[in-house]
Amino acid sequence: MPRELYWFPSEAILNRGELTPSHPPMHELSIAQNLVEIVSSAAQQANVQRVTAVRLQVGALSGVVKDSLLFCYDIATAGTLLEGSQLLIEELPIVIYCPQCQQTATLDTVQAFCCPVCGTFSNDIRQGRELEILSLEAEEDEHPTHS
Amino acid sequence: MSTPRILEIRRGVLEKNDILAHTLRDQFNAAHVLVINLVSSPGAGKTALLEDTLRRLIQAGHRPAALVGDLATDNDANRLARSGAPVRQIQTGGNCHLEADMISTHLNDWGLDLSQIEFLFIENVGNLVCPASYDLGEHVRAVVLSVTEGEDKPLKYPTMFHSSDIAVLTKMDIAAAVEFDKSAALANIQSVHPGMIVMETSAKTGAGMDNWVQHLITSRENTFARVAE
Repeated sequence: MPRELYWFPSEAILNRGELTPSHPPMHELSIAQNLVEIVSSAAQQANVQRVTAVRLQVGALSGVVKDSLLFCYDIATAGTLLEGSQLLIEELPIVIYCPQCQQTATLDTVQAFCCPVCGTFSNDIRQGRELEILSLEAEEDEHPTHS
Repeated sequence: MSTPRILEIRRGVLEKNDILAHTLRDQFNAAHVLVINLVSSPGAGKTALLEDTLRRLIQAGHRPAALVGDLATDNDANRLARSGAPVRQIQTGGNCHLEADMISTHLNDWGLDLSQIEFLFIENVGNLVCPASYDLGEHVRAVVLSVTEGEDKPLKYPTMFHSSDIAVLTKMDIAAAVEFDKSAALANIQSVHPGMIVMETSAKTGAGMDNWVQHLITSRENTFARVAE
């Protein structure tokens, strides 16, 4: 994968001062390239000629922005077995274990790591760090589509 | 008529980086080198903090070294080398974060003998988003936050603050002048990372620097006491 594909904001964006979360330097391109590498090698091993979709889990604490990743996916897949495929992202919220309630709780925020029931702070993260490729979908090459 | 075929993969996107980071950490552990990954926004004062930290560690008879990530220049490395510590620049050529393979490659090219140092600081690229996802094999991730940045930075970048072990507040000497609301900043840090250790420093006046340096020395002792067991 060419390293030159890494993107960094232009001087104009940098000169605006602080980088805001809506204009992050996009490590999502690097993430997308890693993804293409893993899926391509799995596809080749299974004799898949064309990937039509990739399923990915993205946790709220993974540091990956869905829209940026979708944008970069098309760039990273160009010229590969994944070209034209769909990236299906399953977003996972943060789940903590509350030591007070002695049960897990799903958070609807990434800004307060406390139990939504009793307010106890917890760093015991049970879900939310995922950045995992679940599966790929492919067309069977032996029976090419003539639509 | 083609039938879609589903192939299970179940692999982490960053597994290559994570495996390499694990290998690096094993090397650092074997040599008893405590590795500190410094992350912050551009201009938070990482280099000034690091310059003073290196100087103080050397004065106290310790052996630190530094790897410095920068987009295009070697200004920071030149500045840090004045401390007398071995310093090497990683020019990322526009990449917005450091990855484990860059650390590995630069350590090899550098020829630094890990058995001759006790602390390795990695100054990451100034950016509070991208470096959060990449394990570099460090033992301590320290997020640097200057009093000029606004108390809500932790809420804007929760992933970075949550994934860091310690927060270092810098430029405390001008806190009053910029009307820094310390209690709000501390509350926000605790909200995104309950129990997080916070250090208040000023590289300019030296306030809080002894505490920070002592914290690193103690961390190294504790880390390798555990590894030895």
